[in-house]
Amino acid sequence: MARIEDRLKGYVFTVQEFARLCAIAIAGIFRKPTYVQETFYYMDQIGVGSLFILILTGLFTGMVLTLQGAIQLQPYGAVPYVSRLISTSVVRELGPVLAALMIAGRVGSGIASELASMQVTEQIDALRAEGTDPIKKLVTTRLLATLLMVPVLTVITNGIAIFGGYVIARFYLSIDSFFYWTWAFEALRPMDLVYGLIKPVVFGFIICMVGCYAGLNTEGGTVGVGRSKTQAMVTSSILILMSDFFMTKLFIFLG
Amino acid sequence: MIDFRHVSLRFDEGLVLTDMSFTVVPGETLVILGPSGCGKTTILRLLLGLIHPESGSIVIDGRDIVGLREREMGQVRRTMALVFQGAALFDSLTVRENVGYRLWEEGLQTDEFIDQRVDESLRFVGLHDVSEHMPAELSGGMKKRVAIARALASTPRVILYDEPTAGLDPINTHIINELICRLHTKEAVTQVVVTHDIDTAYRVANHLIMLHRGEKIFDGTVEELKASDDLHVRAFLSPGGVLSTPRCFPTKDGGYQVIDD
Repeated sequence: MARIEDRLKGYVFTVQEFARLCAIAIAGIFRKPTYVQETFYYMDQIGVGSLFILILTGLFTGMVLTLQGAIQLQPYGAVPYVSRLISTSVVRELGPVLAALMIAGRVGSGIASELASMQVTEQIDALRAEGTDPIKKLVTTRLLATLLMVPVLTVITNGIAIFGGYVIARFYLSIDSFFYWTWAFEALRPMDLVYGLIKPVVFGFIICMVGCYAGLNTEGGTVGVGRSKTQAMVTSSILILMSDFFMTKLFIFLG
Repeated sequence: MIDFRHVSLRFDEGLVLTDMSFTVVPGETLVILGPSGCGKTTILRLLLGLIHPESGSIVIDGRDIVGLREREMGQVRRTMALVFQGAALFDSLTVRENVGYRLWEEGLQTDEFIDQRVDESLRFVGLHDVSEHMPAELSGGMKKRVAIARALASTPRVILYDEPTAGLDPINTHIINELICRLHTKEAVTQVVVTHDIDTAYRVANHLIMLHRGEKIFDGTVEELKASDDLHVRAFLSPGGVLSTPRCFPTKDGGYQVIDD
């Protein structure tokens, strides 16, 4: 019983500490000093560094979705309208979620292992000893970069996915280009685009903060670094999928 | 002036420091001596406000730092510098950037001034020719010297050293000890050196305290330490003599235990 109580207390403590870290990191955005150079550096690391894997992810997702969609639509003679299926499913769900999962794998785990290495080699303490606020310098800069870059990367992934669908539609299913693009855009509502941009902001926040929390709370030397990296990857992936469900539910309710 | 008054601290594993009190006067080099795990490094972390005591007060230049907010503590930390046991150089920065880190971060000086100060500090530790190297390219001894240069660059009033000679060969140990002595004699910097290396302690100390299981068991000069008849002090200074006693066994906290029949 005491062990269960300790474990529950541990969970509550973790949530409390995570919330505290988030609050301090957000407050850091409005406090000086502003680490502009570091923020641009992380934007480059997160944005440009993730571009290639997201182009591949988007391209193949769009292509496979078109192939599968065409099979489902064939009995109804609706194959030419496959672009409606592609654009809506990519912009509303698949694009943001897949992009976020890929970024969590590449960026989230990278943030966790980098901060974890700094933690076990006392570099975080060294920053504090030098009079620097480590959360402002290490977390807030990464948070800003992630919040700005994840939506941009998601829009690119969406565009590439729809283009991937076009390649299959045009050259494999012989659907007219004009027809494909007209129905692809016709199916989208303005609110889809808005919701499709809100989700990546939330996902970016989760990826960065989970990575930073795992990294800053690393214990146990190099073994701890590996553990934090895995923990960041798994936790952020689960939180992305869970928050996607609740946001979708909310957006459907809002219309 | 640093005044450590009746400080106690407990971690999950138990009491780390018990009613610890000592004073460091300006310009002196205090050595904190003791076996591994006796709470020496904890004292440095308390002095920098990286952790907070359960009870007692830590007064630095007339200001009690216990309970200070992180931002106020940042101002206190800028008057001090810590040389970490593993050097804790920033991996992503060059030696030059590491040494000038605090000055650039404060943004109060011109680039020319900072460059000059960095060069002076690196020259002081004899490493001005590796200023563009990355920390990963340096040996353990060089990293420690760069860490001293980093501490020195911002002209702190107090420099704290955590095991500055641990894991170093005799030549590098000698170099580090000489640097600490030169900082005392030429720059009159107040220094607190945590070590379990008796030779280092004898070489650099003006004032010496010794800990055992989180308690202070000695406070005095090197000569007084050598003359001490305290059993724990004797065991630490010449472990062969005490530990060769029949029925005496070392314990995991660096002490020893006599098993009665």
